[in-house]
Amino acid sequence: MSRGTRDPRAGDIDGASQPVAVAPHLDSAIATDIFPCHHCGTVWQGAQQDEQCEVCHAPLHRRRIDSLNRTWAFLIAACIMYIPANLMPVMITSTLLDEQRDTIMSGIVYFWVSGSWELAIVVFVASFMVPLFKLVALIILTVSARRRSSWQRLQRAKLYRVVETIGRWSMLDVFVVSLLTGLVQIEGFARITAGIGVAAFGSVVVFTMLASLSFDPRLIWDEVDPQAEQSEQAEPAADREQQEKDIND
Amino acid sequence: MQERPDLIVCEECDAVHRRPVLAHAEVARCLRCGAELERDTGGHLGRLLPLTVASLIMFVIANSFPIVQIELQGLTSETTLFGAVMVLNGEGMSLVAMLVLSTTILFPLVQMLVLLYLLLPAAQEGRRPGVKILLRLMQVVRPWGMVEVFLLGVLVALVKLSNMAAVVPGVALWAFGALTLLLTVVVSFNPRYLWRILVSERGGNSGEPAR
Repeated sequence: MSRGTRDPRAGDIDGASQPVAVAPHLDSAIATDIFPCHHCGTVWQGAQQDEQCEVCHAPLHRRRIDSLNRTWAFLIAACIMYIPANLMPVMITSTLLDEQRDTIMSGIVYFWVSGSWELAIVVFVASFMVPLFKLVALIILTVSARRRSSWQRLQRAKLYRVVETIGRWSMLDVFVVSLLTGLVQIEGFARITAGIGVAAFGSVVVFTMLASLSFDPRLIWDEVDPQAEQSEQAEPAADREQQEKDIND
Repeated sequence: MQERPDLIVCEECDAVHRRPVLAHAEVARCLRCGAELERDTGGHLGRLLPLTVASLIMFVIANSFPIVQIELQGLTSETTLFGAVMVLNGEGMSLVAMLVLSTTILFPLVQMLVLLYLLLPAAQEGRRPGVKILLRLMQVVRPWGMVEVFLLGVLVALVKLSNMAAVVPGVALWAFGALTLLLTVVVSFNPRYLWRILVSERGGNSGEPAR
């Protein structure tokens, strides 16, 4: 931080010709001729887009390929599947007397009513809150990244990290239903079968995970379109001059 | 194209940093976004092989014995994880069955086997065939192993069942518990560090910056 605030402009403007010598902490690699391999982390200088990394043989990219479009596609798929996932039964319990169809929500309500409210909360968070939170968070991240917004960059980077960490936990209900289905197969007495809702729910989890894997968090920090780099370079620097002036005043 | 071993680029925000020299067990974080840049893996790497072997053993136990047995009016029923997958498959839920199979059995197994192969000391110096493909495979598979989520799922299912039947936890349940703990340590090891250790062996500590 210290080196960055001392002379923030130097790094940005001279970045292209003198990549690291000036202000290494604030330069994005994309503004320099530094090219990190996304797979093995090796840092190359003077490489070309799509050139092969000599260590791991993966093609080098500045950003994940087609990141925002892919993220959008998976997000839309997830949003569509989210509806049947919540409306269709995930589990069908048949006993001698009756047949009970449970959706995600009615399963949670069942826990709540039967007294195990701790589990009701765990399942509510994992099966309802987490997928919804992921969808909303990824939409915010994708929209703001597309607009190259400078709004709350650090918070958005943290949000992405949260999304990546918690995403897997919404598989919980899929596993619960699978295990119950495998276990409760007492012929003619009690039987649990998986409902179509569990397939929809599983696809929501997979699609949101694919969406967050395709999203490139580096885009949060990109000030300008990589193509329009030169033309807009002056703008952030001017902003900062303004800020400095404000501070001095 | 020329390598710059003195630099490190943040994986999450693309900020260029000088590669830091880390003391034992130190972690370097990005100044801009706070993501982990680099971690001293010295001590951890030595423990990784025994932990991987232990997880494989637990994995075998967890999948060979029933997870839980229920008793209902004198009738009993039990299942292993694979048994549950087969029942799902038999009910026409083949996609869900595949999803469960891959996230709880296949992908964790791939991760453990790849690590075992890469870490076994036999061919330490010689070029190992397939290292690059296997490391890439491990990185692809890493987010999809969900043993810990499955364990929580088992616990939720047990509570659900305890209302309607007598529930007897099986050996595999404890094995899954142990496997989750072991895998947490094993999987937390970022495969990116293995690239540098296994592939780019450029004379000891290549990250020595000019001071």
